[in-house]
Amino acid sequence: MSTMIKVGMADLKVTSSPNVLSTLGLGSCIGICLYDPVTKVSGLAHIMLPSSKTIKNNSNIAKFADTGIDELLVKMEGLGANKRRLVGKIAGGAQMFAFSSGNDTMRIGERNAEAVREILRENRIPIQADETGGNYGRTIEFYADSGRLLIKTIGHGTKEV
Amino acid sequence: MNKNIAEFNDIVIDVLREVGNIGAGNAATALAKMINKKVDMNVPKVNVMDLPDVPDLLGGAEKEVCGIFFKLDGDIEGSIMFVLNTQSALNLVNLLMPREDATFDEFTVSALQEIGNILSGSYISSLSGLTNLNIQISVPSLAIDMAGAILSVPAIQFGLMGDTILIIENQFIEEDVAKSVQGYFFLIPEIDSYEKLLNSLGVTL
Repeated sequence: MSTMIKVGMADLKVTSSPNVLSTLGLGSCIGICLYDPVTKVSGLAHIMLPSSKTIKNNSNIAKFADTGIDELLVKMEGLGANKRRLVGKIAGGAQMFAFSSGNDTMRIGERNAEAVREILRENRIPIQADETGGNYGRTIEFYADSGRLLIKTIGHGTKEV
Repeated sequence: MNKNIAEFNDIVIDVLREVGNIGAGNAATALAKMINKKVDMNVPKVNVMDLPDVPDLLGGAEKEVCGIFFKLDGDIEGSIMFVLNTQSALNLVNLLMPREDATFDEFTVSALQEIGNILSGSYISSLSGLTNLNIQISVPSLAIDMAGAILSVPAIQFGLMGDTILIIENQFIEEDVAKSVQGYFFLIPEIDSYEKLLNSLGVTL
């Protein structure tokens, strides 16, 4: 029996096959899904901001791409994952409201996605699927039995990567 | 400033509630004028909530909701967002222009942007009057999508300051309860503007 494990906003969870990690209604936040195909250990972080370094109030490590990914790696290794085997899939990073003169606050989804890609590159984790951008929300389900990622939207279809 | 808004004292919450009250009162008056009918309003609830709990306000992260978003400029930088569930959104448009079996067509969307503009505009103008600050409001941007996704926008901005979010809940009531409109205003100042806003209201953090 597989269990569906919910990951909230600014939260991260790890599990192993056959369980499923899920996060609902991703907007400008990013769902970072990491997977070790050998041990079938999976991890999902729902981050809100690119970096903990520019913010003083940064005690919630799951809120930021940098500290969130670090913690996800530690927890996954704790469950037997090997960092060198990990592959990543990312989703979210939408811009929910469009304005012609986009300042930095409005582009937060894009900046989140850039930060996540950069940190995964530094950790030598290949990105197998990049479902970021657009102007719509996404619900994701990450299956630890196979590493597949199901992406559901309102009005933009359902997709499996 | 890097104060967590959870540390806001009772006086600050009272001041923000009063701002919410006056702002929403003006918004209700504007709405009443527009539909030429009496619009009642509950005393706004000012809530400080943990970030992950916010989507539950609107029926869960996957619930389809309507958000109308405006940028603020001038002495205060930031944004204001008016969010309502899809039934309330249709009720709101129906108050203005009753139609049978209304859906989210072009007419509804355009009417919602206009109503949102009037409501948020009267909200901001009362805030501007109270604080003596010059605050400009942008054209509206509307999105209909999952509550979690819509609310990620204010959540991220508040996330820069802490792990909580400030929400002003308003309920506009028409005579027929089934047609009442429940909406939430999120006033989302940039970090630097928060202090300026509160200082102008005579409150220091």
